[in-house]
Amino acid sequence: MEELQQILEAALASVERAETLQALDAVRVDFLGKKGQISQLMKGLGHLSAEERPHAGAQINAIRDQVITALESKRDALETAAEAALLARDAIDVTLPSRPAHHPGGLHPVTRTLERLNALFASLGYTVATGPEIEDDWHNFEALNIPAHHPARAMHDTFYFADGRVLRTHTSPVQIRTMVSQTPPIRIVAPGRVYRCDHDLTHTPMFHQIEGLVVDRDISFSDLKGTIVTFLNRFFEQDLDVRFRPSYFPFTEPSAEVDVQCVMCAGQGCRVCKQTGWLEVMGCGMVHPNVFEQTGIDTDEFTGFAFGMGIERLAMLRYGIGDLRLFYENDIQFLNQFHGSV
Amino acid sequence: MKASIAWLKSLTPTTLDAQGLVSSLTMAGLEVDAVVSIAHPFTDVVVAEVRRVEAHPEADKLHVCQVFDGVREWQVVCGAPNVRVGLKAPLARVGAQLTESVHIHTAMLRGVESHGMLCGADELGLAEERAGLMELPGDAPVGSTLQAYLSLPDHALDVDLTPNRGDCLSITGLARELGVLTDASFTPVSIVPVAATSTAQLPVQLEAPSGCPKYVGRVIEHVDVTRATPLWMVERLRRSGIRSIDAVVDITNYVMLELGQPMHAFDREQLTDGIVVRFAHPDETLVLLDGRTVVLNEDVLVIADHQKPLALAGVMGGEHSGIQAATRHVFLESAFFDPITIAGRARRFGLHTDASQRFERGVDWALAEQALERATALLIDVCGGNAGPTIVTESPTHQPTRPTIRLRRARLAQQLALSLPDPEVTAILESLGMMVTQTSEGWLCEAPSWRFDLGIEQDLVEEVARVYGYNRLPTSLPAQAISMAAQPEAVMSVRRLKQFLVDADCQEVVTYSFVDPALQAMFEQEPGVRLANPIASNMAEMRRSMLPGLLEACRFNVNRQVGRIRFFETGQCFVPEADGLNQSERLGIVLMGAADRTSWEASRPVDFFDLKGLLDGIVALHGGAQLQYAEANHCAMAPGQTAQVVCQGQPIGWVGRLHPRLARALDLVKPVYLADLSLSPLLTGAVTTFEMISRYPSVKRDIAVVVPEDTSWGGVQACLESVHDERLRAIELFDVYRGDSIGKELKSFALSLTFQAKDSTLDESEIAGLMVMIMTRLKTELGATIRE
Repeated sequence: MEELQQILEAALASVERAETLQALDAVRVDFLGKKGQISQLMKGLGHLSAEERPHAGAQINAIRDQVITALESKRDALETAAEAALLARDAIDVTLPSRPAHHPGGLHPVTRTLERLNALFASLGYTVATGPEIEDDWHNFEALNIPAHHPARAMHDTFYFADGRVLRTHTSPVQIRTMVSQTPPIRIVAPGRVYRCDHDLTHTPMFHQIEGLVVDRDISFSDLKGTIVTFLNRFFEQDLDVRFRPSYFPFTEPSAEVDVQCVMCAGQGCRVCKQTGWLEVMGCGMVHPNVFEQTGIDTDEFTGFAFGMGIERLAMLRYGIGDLRLFYENDIQFLNQFHGSV
Repeated sequence: MKASIAWLKSLTPTTLDAQGLVSSLTMAGLEVDAVVSIAHPFTDVVVAEVRRVEAHPEADKLHVCQVFDGVREWQVVCGAPNVRVGLKAPLARVGAQLTESVHIHTAMLRGVESHGMLCGADELGLAEERAGLMELPGDAPVGSTLQAYLSLPDHALDVDLTPNRGDCLSITGLARELGVLTDASFTPVSIVPVAATSTAQLPVQLEAPSGCPKYVGRVIEHVDVTRATPLWMVERLRRSGIRSIDAVVDITNYVMLELGQPMHAFDREQLTDGIVVRFAHPDETLVLLDGRTVVLNEDVLVIADHQKPLALAGVMGGEHSGIQAATRHVFLESAFFDPITIAGRARRFGLHTDASQRFERGVDWALAEQALERATALLIDVCGGNAGPTIVTESPTHQPTRPTIRLRRARLAQQLALSLPDPEVTAILESLGMMVTQTSEGWLCEAPSWRFDLGIEQDLVEEVARVYGYNRLPTSLPAQAISMAAQPEAVMSVRRLKQFLVDADCQEVVTYSFVDPALQAMFEQEPGVRLANPIASNMAEMRRSMLPGLLEACRFNVNRQVGRIRFFETGQCFVPEADGLNQSERLGIVLMGAADRTSWEASRPVDFFDLKGLLDGIVALHGGAQLQYAEANHCAMAPGQTAQVVCQGQPIGWVGRLHPRLARALDLVKPVYLADLSLSPLLTGAVTTFEMISRYPSVKRDIAVVVPEDTSWGGVQACLESVHDERLRAIELFDVYRGDSIGKELKSFALSLTFQAKDSTLDESEIAGLMVMIMTRLKTELGATIRE
């Protein structure tokens, strides 16, 4: 019996000492293998009498079970430790920058602003119209009630080509093309590049405009005012004071400049609004009857309004951009700031 | 137009302050840009008389003066060279303040006490330049404050007038408008005709009556043109931004400012026989007042005598016939010139004068005689002389008339969405100087002679709205038109294309549509359209493709240490073609640097296939025809890494690597890949036509096709597609191999073929038959060897 107890203790101690799965397996072979000590004891049962045999067998089985339990529990422990070691080896720095499955670039702030404008006007039933940037004199001037010697031509510093054509000075030619080709009701916005021969701190020789045109029965100045006020409040996402100042454009009458309460200082007066509390943001008016006549629209049946504004100006106010020239340098440090969904 | 508030209020005595005036003018369409200070806000400066002047005992350049301020004499030390006994000049008394920082104290100047300071105009903010003491006229009342004497404090309004409101380019015009807009009423300048005291005449012929329907003139003999302009006039001119020149010029300028009529004064003795108003003869020359010689032609109206042109009508006088110090007799001109005849002429000669600015916009055609009378009276007042009779020469048939304009009540109400009471409308129209007759449908109005911008009903709608106040008018939204916008399914929006590129880590840029011709020449065989008046030589030619602008943007950033670029731009390009100018939208893309964005592990550089992937990705968005790529050469792209992009059989653009030669020229070290394509084919998709899906299994077979090195994958693919068997459902390339095991000058395409039939399960023999057919075709057409 003492021999049994010694083998059990030796086996349990060996299990305890084993530090690797290999060593543990050696222990298993040493005690439970074919020639292992416990297996040898079982074989030795044959020498015992029939009366002794059941009792001795039960005792050997008991220590055998104990050793098996110890081996299994040790194996679990070693396996868990081995896996933990592997995981520790494979640990990563979770704070490293991502390897993006999808990293977006960005739209130019002009496009971004234009898309917002298009969407706002689309919700009021406007469709987008486009046209060529090299225009003839008739579409850019004559049809817009700006004859050759009109003083208003001096307001447009025009780029010319040798054949007399011009780089459009506004997107109004698109309005003309639309009125010539469509019958009212008309409800369009005309966004795009326009050109003026002027280059300094606050002017670039190319910039973007969006113009709107509505022609229908019974369109009034009141409709124009409502459209503009609604648009400005939606664009700036604020309820801003808006005022209409009489002005002059050859192609509209009555004509107005639109001032919006300064978005930088809430109308208190600041550098951006030159202390006036107001920002001039667009021009608008009722379509001049001469323009309707040029484009073949019956002035007794239809009336309409038009408006136009500079996209860069709106983008500058919206995003707080202080220098117009940044728009066309295409510096990544500038462009990168206008990411995110529109 | 700069206008003194005090002068305006002398005609329309409104109680509004400067801010009130700014607001009412601005909100009526006469935008006030600025309120300009015209003097320092000085205090305790009086008109004083210099009674005694003695040399300073200690200083050569100083004088010790006794100055009388109306109450007593003060000893004042003065350094001005023009100080003299009897001079009247401003005296800042002890305690006076000249500017915020200048206070006058009793002072010791080189040992002599000075009780106050005699002032120069510059020290009071009344002039820009130093010119000794300000010399006040002999009749200036000693002891009166300078503020009262000069109608101070005063400010000038700088009004930015729109081109339609030429009638407001005068004090009278602005004051008349204030009479409409404010509580006060307008009283015109009272003008009394000057009776003739001599019989001197000068014949005037109107040879171009359409350009000059009316010419009023007058000879004034024996004038002394050297007399000084009165200070009040100098001051009023100054407050409108006009410098005093001499009495005659000042008076004509003054009348122009006061009434709006530009005038001209000739030296009578330089005029031969009489005045002829005519168009210039071809190549006639004239030396202008500014000394420049201009060459005239037949559409330029001139004032001439019987020998030579004297002046550019309505623009500028000539040097020869102008007033000189020795002039004894003056001929004054006050004419009406047709705006269209004058328009643009000044600009053609590089001029912009006060006269041309007014005549181009229209000068009140009923004003010429009035202005002449006013100028005559002022001239005789200042310079003396005897006026001859007023000479009026006119062509009544060419004179403008007051148009009668109908304003319908219903139209007005419709346009403004407001029914104004009739009396209110009548009052507004009459306040503007119109002769108004009420009719059953509304009003008949005769426009005043000074309003060239009133001709049709809509003009009156604007006037009523403007005077009533835009911001008092109602506000509404137009009724929505009941129509449904077209939504073409087969056309993808540019917005979607841009969004795809943005999602693929590309950044949109916007570059100028005009480019440097030298840069463009690197990318094009032919030049682009040239601007006639470019703003700079490197912005002189319209772009033919997106490439020059994109490369410029690329270079800008590379110069700022940017190593990875993925830019795109869409926009119109301009290509001259046999049948005219082709202006159409294009898409350009430029890629440079690492293919991926990750910064902390090695990334391969971007290459041709990344860029091609973007293009294929675009057309994959809408399921339209796939793009084809044909090996080709482009002058700006590297041979062997360039393809012409073909869509539905049409070439639509280029993709390739920037030629290393150009890369070097542009200082771009890393390989740059470019694409430039016509936009619309990229947006043209197709509406799906459903095809019955197969319910039978598909089978894959892999083969390796070994072909000569110069056989392209496109060639292999075309060969396989030419089988035209609908059971061959897909061809997929999964490896390209070169190596000793297949031999030199050869390459192997490993590809996977998928077979599937619509109506049955393919059996082995059918597939084997297809494979034999395909392999035979590859062998015979491409000389390929096949390894299964």
